[in-house]
Amino acid sequence: MPDVAPAVRLRGIGKRFPGVIANDDINIDVARGTIHAIVGENGAGKSTLMKILYGVQAPDSGTIEIAGEQVSLSSPADAIRHGVGMVFQHFQLADNFTVLENVVLGAEKLHGIGAAARAEITRISDAYGLGIEPDRLVEDLGVGARQRVEILKVLYRGAKVVILDEPTAVLVPQEVDELFGNLRELKAEGLSVIFISHKLDEVLSVADEITVIRRGTTVATVDPAGVTSRQLAELMVGSELPSPSTESSTVTDRVTLHVADLSLPGPEGPGQGRPLLDAISFDIHAGEVLGIAGVEGNGQAELVEAIMGMRPGATGSIRLGGVDLDQLSTRRRREAGIGYIPEDRHRHGLLLDAPLWENRVLGHQTRKPWARLGLIDRKAARADTERIVADYDVRTPGVDTLARALSGGNQQKLIVGREMSGEPILLIAAHPTRGVDVGAQAAIWGHIKQARREGLAVLLISADLDELIGLSDRIEVILRGRMVGSFDPSHVTPEQLGSAMTGAGGAA
Amino acid sequence: MKGPRLVKLGLGLAAPVLALLLAFLITSLVLVVAGDPVGEVWSTILGVPEERNIANILNNATVLYLSGLAVAVGFRMNLFNIGVDGQYRVAAFVAAVVAGEAWLPGAANTVLAILAAMLAGAAWAGIAGVLRARRGVSEVISTIMLNFIATGLVAYFLRRVAVREEGSNDIGTKEIPEGSRIPGFSIGDGPTEVYGFIFLAALAGFVYWFVLNRTRFGFDLRATGRSTTAAVASGISVTKMTVVAMLISGAVAGLVGLPLLFGDSYSYGSTFQSGLGFAGIAIALLGRNHPIGIAIGALLFAYLDEQSNPLQILVGVSPDIVAITQGVIVLTVVISYEVVRRYGVRLEQHAVARALEADRQEARA
Repeated sequence: MPDVAPAVRLRGIGKRFPGVIANDDINIDVARGTIHAIVGENGAGKSTLMKILYGVQAPDSGTIEIAGEQVSLSSPADAIRHGVGMVFQHFQLADNFTVLENVVLGAEKLHGIGAAARAEITRISDAYGLGIEPDRLVEDLGVGARQRVEILKVLYRGAKVVILDEPTAVLVPQEVDELFGNLRELKAEGLSVIFISHKLDEVLSVADEITVIRRGTTVATVDPAGVTSRQLAELMVGSELPSPSTESSTVTDRVTLHVADLSLPGPEGPGQGRPLLDAISFDIHAGEVLGIAGVEGNGQAELVEAIMGMRPGATGSIRLGGVDLDQLSTRRRREAGIGYIPEDRHRHGLLLDAPLWENRVLGHQTRKPWARLGLIDRKAARADTERIVADYDVRTPGVDTLARALSGGNQQKLIVGREMSGEPILLIAAHPTRGVDVGAQAAIWGHIKQARREGLAVLLISADLDELIGLSDRIEVILRGRMVGSFDPSHVTPEQLGSAMTGAGGAA
Repeated sequence: MKGPRLVKLGLGLAAPVLALLLAFLITSLVLVVAGDPVGEVWSTILGVPEERNIANILNNATVLYLSGLAVAVGFRMNLFNIGVDGQYRVAAFVAAVVAGEAWLPGAANTVLAILAAMLAGAAWAGIAGVLRARRGVSEVISTIMLNFIATGLVAYFLRRVAVREEGSNDIGTKEIPEGSRIPGFSIGDGPTEVYGFIFLAALAGFVYWFVLNRTRFGFDLRATGRSTTAAVASGISVTKMTVVAMLISGAVAGLVGLPLLFGDSYSYGSTFQSGLGFAGIAIALLGRNHPIGIAIGALLFAYLDEQSNPLQILVGVSPDIVAITQGVIVLTVVISYEVVRRYGVRLEQHAVARALEADRQEARA
């Protein structure tokens, strides 16, 4: 189509952050009326690129053309004026407002805040099959519907190019299909969609064109009909792809973790409202990986924190290798042999402004070899940190470097190394590979498998169903604080898990 | 690791120097606007102090140092103890009463009084600690309120135990017997003695450093200050740490009034020096909560105070100009530390990226 300018043309886009080249010579053409996927592993520079296109950050070099016109975008308002809208991974909606109120917020000048706005929302919703009722409260909507509200917000502001940043990360498989239906509607109406993801099967099923980004630069633009997901993955990593594949069972008959009737009351108090955890019982044997699947916010975080003793008010019984944990503090529980890879490493796993060796001590303050008579032996702590840095391939100039200066993958490798030290008998791994690059991901999977071979019990929580299926010996599905189904990972598909996670299907 | 350490030290020094220069600049601007002689003011203030003044500076710095330490203990745990003022008043009063009653002879009496002061300061600060830990009351609010209560309480009890000094309207506690005072020493042949308590203050600084940097308790305290959530996940009881940190901060605050009590006034009266707690906040900020840094900050503040005294006589400018400088320092310190910190983080990220890039190239080769 030489006569029609592409909806978006990026040429030679570059962006440097201190110590990181986030983008370098990025070239992309997004044709009108297409879904253009941008794939790349975590940290490849996708999000930076999108922030540049949405005017959140200015590029250091390169040009942006929108509909044939070269533009300079210095703020999201600029981007919207040029018809570029973005749906972020984390929704930006006020829960206690209605859909209408959320949509008009900040765009009151377009159609007012009353009947005209309502009519416009209904019109857009019908035109693209979004199925949105303007007067519902956002807090009553499910995740999929909230995402459609976000898309509608963007369309309402007149976007011709819609950027979606990892839109499927929060969705179960059925919702993903619905989303893709909506995207095809947008495309049919002549809009362009830029779809960022690292889930290759999804990308292959929905995109018209795929651009692969590796280490901040565009390495290829391919036609989805002509590639397999394996080829795409190899483009993404530039080498052979690791997989979480299962190994022969190492499950023993020794129960390491015994959880019985574990409950945690909701914010209204005991006996009031829906409990966060409702009579959860399970065992994990030595050498077994128990995977917990569930849509985020269904009690996974609470389950982990209750086992760790971070949730006062939890009732029920937890035994670890014959030790009754119920009355023990978090520190005593850790000493009893729990290694804990927290879900949010910045909030719960690290002291970002402390050197690595202090982070090594964190959570193991009372352990040998550095704890003596209430003192901390820095030399011993440094030495042991050196050991972890070497054994777990933490890429750092030294152990006095601040944790903040490391990349996410290296921070996570340090945490994994720390939690595998001190001879744990139970490893709790909450989203262990979230936000880390493929190399670190493979390494972390390797460590979890190693833990299993060494006879640890592993409690694995993950939103990545492939990871769960690949690593677990057994998968339990959690829904609204209850265990609702148990699956054998060798016979379950992500779709079946997805149904159970939303309560649509039964247990196998 | 020599290079990075030097860089760290350089950055650490750059921040306060930058802050001071800025503060002097802003003060000069104020002087210019007011039409006062800038040059003469600075040459008076920044002159070399005489022996007599040095003793005063050291004495004042001793007091300020303890106050800074007390605030710093809280800062290290992200607790903002504004109540050092109230805590040292209560403590100094209790110490004065105990020492004045002289239940024990000589030095034993001194030790008992010091312990009583630390206990009183701890108890007073502990109220705020418990409120924060159990009820989530901001320690900023509660310690400010406790300052007022302390003032009232001490004034009330002072009336009950006070003895009137002969030929004066001032009232005070009983004088501490001579055997229980802490003797000072002279510098050269100056008439003013330096408080013997200065050694106890230095000891307090060492203990502060040792506990924070070498003990598990200190590690837990610093970890909690850096990230409450990570501290909880690592097994630290944050509620307990909050109370304990406030108790320690209060105990150190309890020492603030003692150099005066044991080295100068020998009794707690209605004219006992107040306002030392607030200076401590500025000094802890300036000294980056580091025991040496706080010492330098305390000396600087004491030096500025002492040197500004003759301003009125010599150049006809109010010595309050120094209060402006000190106030501005607090602001510039906060800003320049943040600027330098960000710069440091960027440098470090660069270093990490460079190191990794070198690794990669090696791997390729």
